[in-house]
Amino acid sequence: MERRAYYKNPVLPWLLIAPQLLLVAIFFYWPTSQALYWAFTLEQPWGGGNSWVWFDNFLAIFRDREYWGTVLRSGIYALITTGLSMSVALTLAAFVDRSLKGTKLFQSIYVWPYAIAAPAAGVAFRFIFAPESGLVGSINDIWPGIWDPSTNGIQALVMVMICHAWLGIGYNFIFFLAALQMIPRSISEAGAMDGARPFRRMLDLQLPLIAPTAFFLFIMNIISSFTDSFGLIDTMTEGGPIGQTEVMVYKIYFDGFKGLDYSGAAAQSIVLMLLVIGLTFIQFKWVERRVHYH
Amino acid sequence: MKSNWLLSAALAATALTFVASPAAAATKFEFWYGLSGDLSERIQDMCKTFNASQSDYEIVCVSQDNYDNNLQNTIAAFRANKQPTVTQIFDAGTLDLMLSDAYVPVRQLMDENGYKIDWSNYFSGIASYYSTSEGELLSMPFNSSTAVIYYNTDALAKVGFDGTPTTWTQVEDVARKMKAAGYDCPVAFDPSGAWQWFEQFEAIHNQPIATLGNGFGGLNAEMAVSKGKFVDQLTWIKKMYDEGLFVHKSKDAGETANDAFVNGKCQITSSSIADHGTFGKQAKEGVHWTVAMLPMLEGFERTNSFVGGASLWTLKGKSAEEYKGAAAFYNFLAQPEQAEWWSTVTGYIPVTNSGFEAMKAKGFYDAAPYKGRELAIESLTKPAGENTRGIRLGGYASIRAEMVKTIQSVLFNNVPVPQALADFDAKGNEILRRFEATYAGKSLL
Repeated sequence: MERRAYYKNPVLPWLLIAPQLLLVAIFFYWPTSQALYWAFTLEQPWGGGNSWVWFDNFLAIFRDREYWGTVLRSGIYALITTGLSMSVALTLAAFVDRSLKGTKLFQSIYVWPYAIAAPAAGVAFRFIFAPESGLVGSINDIWPGIWDPSTNGIQALVMVMICHAWLGIGYNFIFFLAALQMIPRSISEAGAMDGARPFRRMLDLQLPLIAPTAFFLFIMNIISSFTDSFGLIDTMTEGGPIGQTEVMVYKIYFDGFKGLDYSGAAAQSIVLMLLVIGLTFIQFKWVERRVHYH
Repeated sequence: MKSNWLLSAALAATALTFVASPAAAATKFEFWYGLSGDLSERIQDMCKTFNASQSDYEIVCVSQDNYDNNLQNTIAAFRANKQPTVTQIFDAGTLDLMLSDAYVPVRQLMDENGYKIDWSNYFSGIASYYSTSEGELLSMPFNSSTAVIYYNTDALAKVGFDGTPTTWTQVEDVARKMKAAGYDCPVAFDPSGAWQWFEQFEAIHNQPIATLGNGFGGLNAEMAVSKGKFVDQLTWIKKMYDEGLFVHKSKDAGETANDAFVNGKCQITSSSIADHGTFGKQAKEGVHWTVAMLPMLEGFERTNSFVGGASLWTLKGKSAEEYKGAAAFYNFLAQPEQAEWWSTVTGYIPVTNSGFEAMKAKGFYDAAPYKGRELAIESLTKPAGENTRGIRLGGYASIRAEMVKTIQSVLFNNVPVPQALADFDAKGNEILRRFEATYAGKSLL
């Protein structure tokens, strides 16, 4: 029988994990509890006092048609950016994995976008997409008025989503490439010998084998598109035009910091938090089962 | 041996600190402000002049980049009890601060510290913006401006207009002729400029943005935009936009309205008088321009426009010494030569009658590049009306953002004006009621 070393002292283990617990409490549970408290009160920004209002803040946001607009928009935003970012990253990773000419170089340069801070990318993309002076705007010289994200909400949303997807490609690429390279060459080679073309091998062999990675990335991308889009939107469109690029996290930022409605923003963050927790839960509970692990 | 060396080094360092301390005996206090770039440099100059002028106090001036950041950071600092003594707050954040228990009224501060300030010397439009409805001034007027309209004089001459238009009908006429004369962009229009296109329009026509004198009468005011003249004005703006006489210019579109104007691409723009100096520096070679008071609708008597910019608030929770320093700083700002310097280097207007008169007497406004800036003061000192004291509405930053969305929805999505403004009022009322509930039981005198 194997003998394991263990501590007889009942206090010592707690002492050893105490720093960790303390950190989690201070940096996670304390702010969350604060937000939770504000969500049930009407908080005066300068701290002059507050009143307990039960679920009024939640009822107020659920009654607001514009709020449901931001929820719907966030959902579309999450699905499209995730899909776009992951499919581009997978394609690039598949090419690099095939060891074509210059692979080593591409391996590094595809990762670079991830190192760029969202607001910096936002500023750059704003210039690229500017209808009057930008690179993309030059199609207006051919078809006047066809591209104008400053007045067309759908175009503005597309612009932000492209930029968000672009930022995520590097991150997704690393994981996909690592996963693809973990697959033994012999499997792929065997498939090739059986006459499977690269696309078929990707579909039938590689994709199932990297499913756990893809699943992990899917969750990370969805969460990131719900929570990290704010820096990008703030620099690119500030939620406009007509609030058509306002997603949940941007509305929280605006209502809380600019509108000084701390309680409304807190209630919205609780909703967003529950939504992200819920999505993650559903994904792990239902999707994970269908993912093939070795 | 080594530890001895360390010990003596530490002792030496301690000794140095003690030697250095008498020089820092002056009371230090902080001033946070929301300006950046050139304007921030000017504030730093001002702080240096103040520190050099006396030896009892040392002001430490810290830029927080913009008004929004400064407000957010000041609130966070105040809640953590690390607030600066003086902070600069812009119009949209004024009411929250007024209702809070976070400040010392400026009049009280100056009285307690033995300064005699002639408060009636401040322009009434400016003073009333920062006062209770009983006239108690709460914050120190500092950088004040108002909205004006800028014209390209060559374009006006080309269409044969003498002087500058004074009514919107004339603006329409001029714009139409400019278009015919080959100017692509007669008027640059940015919907995010709700301040000049909407708020100031309401002020000079004495139209209510909300009942109870735009909220001066109490927190239970209700929005009243959809019942006033702005319905006609926005309908007119929409018509001008559809005809290509008003052209959409914004940061998102790649060129701001002001940039389009100084580059000579657009011939008319509306903005703050504080941009007068910037335009002078940035106007492209060959672009000649002039400034005028905002145009009126036909048949209206002009009332005073709203003051823009920010004022200085003294926050609670500091020592008596620091308050003495703050009072000395305000007193320094109120000196005529200081006011004149600030107004010259920035484009903000002098905030007192005596400051203005002194500058006028010196011939400051007689010639370029300062000629025209006096129109802002003329605009601010027109007869007051029931709706021209200012805007005292809670959550005003959100309400202003709703107005921007409203204008955009009319221009870009063809939402009918009466419906758009009715929706705006409804949304504004929700924000006001929420604000009222947050400050339940509180009222302004």
